[in-house]
Amino acid sequence: MNPQPEFFSNHGKNSLRQGPDSQGHFGQYGGIFSSETLIPLIHELQQAYAKAKNDPEFQKELTYYLKNYVGRPSPLWFAKRLTEAGKGARIYLKREDLNHTGAHKINNVMGQILLARRMGRNRIIAETGAGQHGVATATACALLGMKCVIYMGAVDVERQKTNVFRMRLLGAEVVPVTSGSSTLKDAINEGMRDWVANVHDSYYLMGTAAGPHPYPEMVRDFQCIIGNETRQQIKEIEGRLPDTIIAAIGGGSNAIGIFHPFLDDHSVELIGVEAGGKGLDSGETAASIERGSSGVLHGNRTYLLQNEDGQVTEAYSISAGLDYPGVGPEHAWLHDIGRVKYVAINDDEAVKAFQDCTTLEGIMPALESAHAIAHALKIASTMKTDQIIIVNLSGRGDKDIYSVANYLGVEL
Amino acid sequence: MSRISERFSALKQAQKGAFIPYVEAGDPDYETAMAILKAMPDAGADLIEIGMPFSDPMADGPTVQAAANRALKAGANMTKTLQMVTEFRKQDQNTPIILMGYTNPVEHYGYERFCENAAKAGADGLILVDMPFEEMDNIKPYAQKHGIDIIHLVAPTTSPQRLKKILKDATGFVYYVSIAGITGTKTATIQALQEAIPQVRAATDLPIAIGFGLSTPEHIASALTVADAAVVASALLKTLESTLDQNQNPTSETTTKVIQHTKRLAAGKQNVHK
Repeated sequence: MNPQPEFFSNHGKNSLRQGPDSQGHFGQYGGIFSSETLIPLIHELQQAYAKAKNDPEFQKELTYYLKNYVGRPSPLWFAKRLTEAGKGARIYLKREDLNHTGAHKINNVMGQILLARRMGRNRIIAETGAGQHGVATATACALLGMKCVIYMGAVDVERQKTNVFRMRLLGAEVVPVTSGSSTLKDAINEGMRDWVANVHDSYYLMGTAAGPHPYPEMVRDFQCIIGNETRQQIKEIEGRLPDTIIAAIGGGSNAIGIFHPFLDDHSVELIGVEAGGKGLDSGETAASIERGSSGVLHGNRTYLLQNEDGQVTEAYSISAGLDYPGVGPEHAWLHDIGRVKYVAINDDEAVKAFQDCTTLEGIMPALESAHAIAHALKIASTMKTDQIIIVNLSGRGDKDIYSVANYLGVEL
Repeated sequence: MSRISERFSALKQAQKGAFIPYVEAGDPDYETAMAILKAMPDAGADLIEIGMPFSDPMADGPTVQAAANRALKAGANMTKTLQMVTEFRKQDQNTPIILMGYTNPVEHYGYERFCENAAKAGADGLILVDMPFEEMDNIKPYAQKHGIDIIHLVAPTTSPQRLKKILKDATGFVYYVSIAGITGTKTATIQALQEAIPQVRAATDLPIAIGFGLSTPEHIASALTVADAAVVASALLKTLESTLDQNQNPTSETTTKVIQHTKRLAAGKQNVHK
């Protein structure tokens, strides 16, 4: 199949795919909420991105790396034994875990790093939660010979030791962040602080479809290759579009990437799975849409976990990639207009799905992706056997074996 | 005339610059922050900035972050911050109070409700660090209605065209963020300020305050040779932090030391005649 990405196609007036507006708004969400020092830089980035996406040379370059370095297209795998276990709809897995570096994160990183190079920036700053975005960024920096600084919450540094070492082997400087709750949100704060102090030579490489405009749009565009490929693949295999697409949501970049090309196909049900943590009402959850409210953090307005005083509260999930107290602004909007349904899967259900997918398919999913698989298994039996569910298997689970062992009480 | 314009025109007549110290509301607890706030005018504060604590202060360095954390742990919230202003106004009707913070707690409190209650409490200006000019319509109508000046930040990265756009309808004063960076880290050189401030001046008739990175009486003096006001935050918060006990609680020295430091900083402006 032709891996040519269609990130940048234009959409009609009634399309749900035309957002954001020129100021970065998706309905009331999104926008640019950053300190004045960064605003001119953000405007420069907007212009550079607008120019790049209309430049066939840029598309050609990106396509080259995605095909030959990342290994795209990623397969769409019919999960026969998971389907049998689900006792209903046919379950397909979009194998983003097979990308170089083991997750969907590299799709966005390749796009942004080529943009950074065009902009003449050679120092890359990024945040990471589970470490997948950090590893992808460190990898691309090694490839292109750029300096790489990764901010990572100290708590995450501890629970994702192997990824930390991986980043360091790749030549990145990993900075543990001890402010706030020492997790992803604090890593973003610290990365932004670095950017504002090093505006002349640094590029902030946001890993999820959040942050000030144009990041939510840009990250989404680079991740849309997932949905574009999926669309073509399912048509080739089944001759039709799927009934349901399911993806896990932390910030929401893998989900928006697979959902977006299907937004105008109203026959396709789209389900985002948030991390319920220990339960939606346990006080230990990361479900920003289901348990949060509108607020402003990290440069955009979106759903946030916050207290009655507008202080951002700590998110919790067994998955380090999902414990973010916000969500990309386009998801907030898609929730409000009802186009995407958002549900929660708790830690225990995710670990069970992690085990099921591993033993039934020989595919060890990231704990993030295991949330989506768990929901697929939950609803498969309510669907007919000729219906189709596609799960975005956003990353591989090797990085999570310590968390899973710990959860299961196994000492390694 | 607003308290802010009155204060700046009085200082202009006296050929003096303004010194603006910063208090983090509720840091290390409500009572201590209140005592510091009340003592500041006598210690030489011409205007006072009150920080509204936020869990994720992205534009701030470690010192202000720590102050916000202490305040939140000690139970600070928006209602108590405004209460501080109310209480301050019982003894001082002239020193302008500028509330400084981040968008989310204000948005969550409600923009209109905030402007109404802040004005009622006796606040004069508002700085929202992460609300750029383009998003100001969120709050501007309410601020205007209730007589709160929105203080705009401009930075070394702000182009002359953008300066004009931002400052076209600005009121109160202009806050020049003197370094590309976070609060309390590096300090701008006098040469950089001498180059930058006239450009801001060309775009507005409002007084210009310099902040981010001023920490000594000398910094204040040199900032005031080019601008109209100097803001100091982190240096005072560091002093406060140094007086706390191991549980981050205030000691008998806390208020005294912060006020003594405020006086030393205020003395920095005495030799500058405008």
